[in-house]
Amino acid sequence: MEREVLQEVEELKQLPRPIRSEFVYFAWRNTKLRIGVSILLLFVIFAIVGPFFAKYDPHAYIGPMGAPPSREYWMGTTTFGQDVFSQFAHGTRSTLIVGVLGGCLGTMIGILIGLFSGYRGGLVDEFLNMITNIVLIIPTLAVLIIIATYLEVRGILTQSVFIGCTAWPWAARAIRAQTFSLRVREFVDLARMSGRNSLNIILTEIAPNMMSYLLLVFILQFGGAVLNAATLDFIGLGPTRGVSLGLIMNNAVLWAALQLGQWWWLLPPGAAIAAIVGALYITNVGLDEVFNPKLREM
Amino acid sequence: MLQVENLTVYYKTIRGYVQALEQATFKIADGEIMGLAGESGCGKTTLGHSLIYLRPPMNYIGGRVVLDGQELPIWDMEKMREFRYRHVSLIPQYAMNALNPTRKIGRMIAELLESRGVNYNDVLPELKRRLDLVQLTHDVLKMYPIELSGGMKQRTVMVVSTLLNPSLLIADEITSALDVSTQKAVCEMLVEFRDRGFVKSTIIITHDISILYQIADSILVMYAGQLSEKAPSEIIFRDARHPYTRLLIGSLPKVGVRYREERLRGIPGSPPQLLNPPPGCRFRERCPVAFDRCVEVPPFLEISPGHFVACWRAY
Amino acid sequence: MVRYLGRKIFIYLLTFFVAVTIDWLIPRFMPGDPIGMLLSRIGSRPEAFKYLYTYYVQAFQLDVPLWQQYVNFWKGLFQGDLGVSIWMYPQPVMTIIRRAIPYDIFLLLPAILLSWFAGNHVGALAARIRWLDNTILPLGYLLTATPYMWLALVLVWFLGNQTNLFPIAGAYSPQYRPHLSLTFILDVLHHWFLPFLSLFLVMFGGWAIGMRNMIIYELESDYSRYLEALGTPQYLIRRYAFRNAMLPQITGLALQLGGIVAGAVATEVVFAYPGIGYIILNAVQNKDYFLVQGCFLFIILGVLIANFLIDLVYVLVDPRTRLGMTGE
Repeated sequence: MEREVLQEVEELKQLPRPIRSEFVYFAWRNTKLRIGVSILLLFVIFAIVGPFFAKYDPHAYIGPMGAPPSREYWMGTTTFGQDVFSQFAHGTRSTLIVGVLGGCLGTMIGILIGLFSGYRGGLVDEFLNMITNIVLIIPTLAVLIIIATYLEVRGILTQSVFIGCTAWPWAARAIRAQTFSLRVREFVDLARMSGRNSLNIILTEIAPNMMSYLLLVFILQFGGAVLNAATLDFIGLGPTRGVSLGLIMNNAVLWAALQLGQWWWLLPPGAAIAAIVGALYITNVGLDEVFNPKLREM
Repeated sequence: MLQVENLTVYYKTIRGYVQALEQATFKIADGEIMGLAGESGCGKTTLGHSLIYLRPPMNYIGGRVVLDGQELPIWDMEKMREFRYRHVSLIPQYAMNALNPTRKIGRMIAELLESRGVNYNDVLPELKRRLDLVQLTHDVLKMYPIELSGGMKQRTVMVVSTLLNPSLLIADEITSALDVSTQKAVCEMLVEFRDRGFVKSTIIITHDISILYQIADSILVMYAGQLSEKAPSEIIFRDARHPYTRLLIGSLPKVGVRYREERLRGIPGSPPQLLNPPPGCRFRERCPVAFDRCVEVPPFLEISPGHFVACWRAY
Repeated sequence: MVRYLGRKIFIYLLTFFVAVTIDWLIPRFMPGDPIGMLLSRIGSRPEAFKYLYTYYVQAFQLDVPLWQQYVNFWKGLFQGDLGVSIWMYPQPVMTIIRRAIPYDIFLLLPAILLSWFAGNHVGALAARIRWLDNTILPLGYLLTATPYMWLALVLVWFLGNQTNLFPIAGAYSPQYRPHLSLTFILDVLHHWFLPFLSLFLVMFGGWAIGMRNMIIYELESDYSRYLEALGTPQYLIRRYAFRNAMLPQITGLALQLGGIVAGAVATEVVFAYPGIGYIILNAVQNKDYFLVQGCFLFIILGVLIANFLIDLVYVLVDPRTRLGMTGE
């Protein structure tokens, strides 16, 4: 009943829809979105600027061993006398890079397979859907572990690529479902009848109508990539050179930061990951409310 | 007997109130089947739903609804609960999806009835008779909704909705999803239900005025949240007085008329937006016979027995 | 129903096939020379090196054609031969994994089922009690966003390190040998509780949010509206909504298994809890590739079995699959 009522309200209003300004209006009013985006921006700015404030090479043994936070070493030092703040600043940067790259790649593969599978239907869809289902069942982390184990040199870039290549299936599934519902719409029929080819229709008619949805998918992929990377790093399959938040945790646990009571080494990296992923989720919920009028609170 | 007096219902939106139903006043006699017609967005759904199920974003602004001499507390969702189903019932537009997909239909009906204090086994014989009447096998009760075709689901919902013999039945766009032959069967069932006394008064909400011709005793035409005209069906089709009704009837394809000879006459223009509607008669922007008096709201007056019109030209 | 399950089983068999193939492919086709790398890295343990040198030549059978290697790989698999561990040389990989699996079941099964159960009920409550909604929702998002290992670290820091309420590592105290006595069982439970709690909490957040959103969706659905229009009391509408919202939650359980695996690995690493996850950490640190490969296969196997069990439950609760009305 709600649906018809809302539909009637829409019809009753009879206004040319100022989509963009309405979006901005709701986006600004949405507390969840404001909180999520603010936290994210904070981390992005920190990831860009932070490393310039870090006085030391994150790997260099420069200070006292296992010292708590002080004016000289803002976040203390590790058991080996490395500056935790420098590691944290560089780690945040690489964690965000992995998130964005992995998230982008995962979303893109998901879009490709989902759009194609959903638009074409038939045998192509059967086949792609089966592959999607298979990759969906195999736990991402297990595959990543086995790949990373055999990589002699691991960098942030390779990590992102592999994370993206294993994280796409649910994105593909979601996009396929969306495409299914869109392809039977009139405007798509019209385009098809006017003899345009599939690729053209997918790019010009279907994809633009899913932009908001794709943004949501990307955000979730971003969060998933950050978490996956952190877990990989944590069990020692992180970048062989460089720093990341997961790697800091890995070292802290490995070198008994827990038993030695070095909380400044043990706890901040995970807190940062939780904050980044949490902010992404909140942003996602907020955006969903903005895009989907049914979820808006009147 | 249903009496509606000055019923006004608005929608609350972030831009302000959408004035969807303005000062509606009309009566429906016992045994009367009234068609409620108008373009989409004219407020007919609002009117229909506000009689049974008025919830946000719909806002009750004023007016009274009296059914069988008893005032319905339509502004109070909780108090209204007791009246629903027993006194006022609904066949929803979404009848295809109205049944819980994971319950067998018989069990769902049983639970629904028990929750309203009615013993399922007492009603069962009557339920079976009514299933027979709409040509459904009793096996339906042992099936899940997914096992039924669209038409079967529609008929099941019709039986369920009218099982407690409500005084007022609101049938909301029940034919829009059906093909023409099924439409006719469904409409005839509504008449049958009335004839057998399952329901007293019926409101059929539709945007398709042509189906009303066969079954409705009277037709109420709405435009942009205001009542335009109410009269027996014959008069609406033959001798409508409101210019909007005439245009609406005129835009119907007539049997035997070739379209090449008489082009379908759509009504030029579009209805006003109801967020801040212009004062006076809301049809006046599109009305071919509007004059300066139309800036005042015309009253809904009875110009001959049973024939009500809201138009300065018609009095 | 038979068709539905048949289709699922087919997909699972295919998945297993693909997984085994991946397991076989990666050491052979990774860029660089993985096997050469393997051998160069274990120089420190002469007795292992000697064994492995001959073993690798046999195991990878680099002198026979590829298809022959592949067939032999499957043969070995069916004989339960997953190779020999380097870390625990000369124990077979199979023995090590078999020893670890009970710990995984003991840790994961209660954590998954209890969090699912509790999450669903709390989520359903949150959908109708405003203050609960306002507290559970943010908390739930916070919990699901938390990496498993971090929550584990926080718990172990505060409840283990700072207050000494719980032991911080292992499955039981080192002075005991596993035996059946009350003190030992209590000791095991004492060690079990923190890893369990950290897994439970993260998953709980996800289930609660999922249920809350699903219930709201169900309450907005057409059949709920219809019942409400017929004056049905709230309790019946909620009962229907809860039952129907459970269905996607069951599917969700299957979809979450991958994430749960990751969580289990991370949690076991933090608590040095001797399940498969902890073994993986050691295997990675000791470059024990056969062990990593074996763990991979067992994780896949576990996930597939869990998926199948979930399918069976789903068939029991959703009439639509029983009637063969849905393709998936």
